[in-house]
Amino acid sequence: MARMKFLCDADRCIECNACVTACKNEHEVPWGINRRRVVTINDGKPGERSISMACMHCTDAPCAAVCPVNCFYTTADGVVLHSKDLCIGCGYCFYACPFGAPQYPKVGNFGSRGKMDKCTYCAGGPEADGSKEEYEKYGANRLAEGKLPLCAEMCSTKSLLAGDGEIIAQIYKERVMKRGYGSGAWGWKTAYRETIES
Amino acid sequence: MASFERIIRLAFSACALLLLVMAAPASAQQVNPTASAVKEQQLLQELNRIQGRVSIPDQRSGVLEQPQGREWREFRNVTLRWVGGIAILGMIAIIVIFYLTVGMVRLQAGRSGRTIVRFNMFERFVHWMTASCFIVLAISGLNITFGRPLLLPLIGFEAFSEWSQWAKYAHNYLSFPFTIGVVLIFLMWIGGNIPNKVDVDWARRGGGLIGHDHPPAYRFNAGQKMIYWIVVIGGGLVAITGYALMFPFYMTGIEAMQMAQIVHSIVAVLFVAAMIGHIYIGTIGMEGAFEAMGSGEVDVNWAREHHSLWLDEEKARTGPNDGRPQPATAAAE
Repeated sequence: MARMKFLCDADRCIECNACVTACKNEHEVPWGINRRRVVTINDGKPGERSISMACMHCTDAPCAAVCPVNCFYTTADGVVLHSKDLCIGCGYCFYACPFGAPQYPKVGNFGSRGKMDKCTYCAGGPEADGSKEEYEKYGANRLAEGKLPLCAEMCSTKSLLAGDGEIIAQIYKERVMKRGYGSGAWGWKTAYRETIES
Repeated sequence: MASFERIIRLAFSACALLLLVMAAPASAQQVNPTASAVKEQQLLQELNRIQGRVSIPDQRSGVLEQPQGREWREFRNVTLRWVGGIAILGMIAIIVIFYLTVGMVRLQAGRSGRTIVRFNMFERFVHWMTASCFIVLAISGLNITFGRPLLLPLIGFEAFSEWSQWAKYAHNYLSFPFTIGVVLIFLMWIGGNIPNKVDVDWARRGGGLIGHDHPPAYRFNAGQKMIYWIVVIGGGLVAITGYALMFPFYMTGIEAMQMAQIVHSIVAVLFVAAMIGHIYIGTIGMEGAFEAMGSGEVDVNWAREHHSLWLDEEKARTGPNDGRPQPATAAAE
């Protein structure tokens, strides 16, 4: 089985935010929640870099480890998903997550946390693949249709890569070889305890 | 004028030549536009977090990476469970051993049949409001830390989630009456809870818990003062940190929320351990103690043995024969 990962080639990201928009539209993500965002570091200064970031679907995921009700599970593809039926909206996964992926709709009283929402790697949730319930809670299940996450599929500069970790690492390595530079696979060391040597 | 122009032209060509010379080696090999680019590992080493600008309205999502969540995870899953487990089970173990070896602290002189008012209606209402909230808060809080390894395997995912969801609501809502209770306790009993010289003697004599010693005490002895300050300071800390967690980002950022959770949970488990001790002494640990918070009136002999200086004060205030006859049921004991 594949081990699905995201890789953002920061030397190619032009901060167009198309991945952010595509994600919101594909899954009809509620107002105020962003499963993916583009962060620009050193904005307007020399050495500026933009990185598109969502849930990295970590190895030994911290969110799953700290969840008080154990609502997370990892699929055979290495995708970290959760059950909104089990989630109690406590906020613990958000404290533990290195990438700020978990988001909470402010639906509770005093604007307190509702059930957590995060990137599903376009792989839905525990409900039947492609079902109406699954779409309403988690959005589209593209993986079940044999498609990769939409954010990466439609990235105009092919900066954002999604797919089996070894394959996208190989693609990235070849790019670095060819162009002679690369600022590395952002977040990989934190998420997967390994990085791509280039 | 013409010479000035010539100088300018000369300077320009010199500059152009210099640029050409400098650019030559660079164009000979590939240009590396990332030479001055930010490096992930360098940023993490410097600040232990990476932050930038986002163009979406949620500015908090500008934090790209904050790996210190890993330390928080270690605390939440390992450290806290050890500290909480040792504090609470340790306290229960001490109480069981103490009860089996020393047993209930009896009234040495027996009951006098006369009582004296110790806590009025308002004081008892505040105490029980705070206490009942505390018990629900403690159970629902311990569920977050210990429920997953202990309760979830017994009742299954759905039932445990359902229960935890209600426990979370209870935890959030009952925090308000609990906080009001702590504030009222602070205000109404502060007068009797300032440590003084009598407490030193009381503490040196072990509070009279072992043996038949009865060191003098005013309305609150050193042990009760300790409970008072645990409630006031501990309660204050869990309230402040709890609200920081309940209203995310109103007061604090993510690191401060991790810190708030650490303070909240550590203070809470120690608080629970202290209250288990408090409940023991107030019920089966000491004869005649529960009445103080039950009916509000204690036996005069109880007051003499445990709070002699307070009894003297009360007598001086109200006259020596103010003790009321106890109800027949209590006197028959």
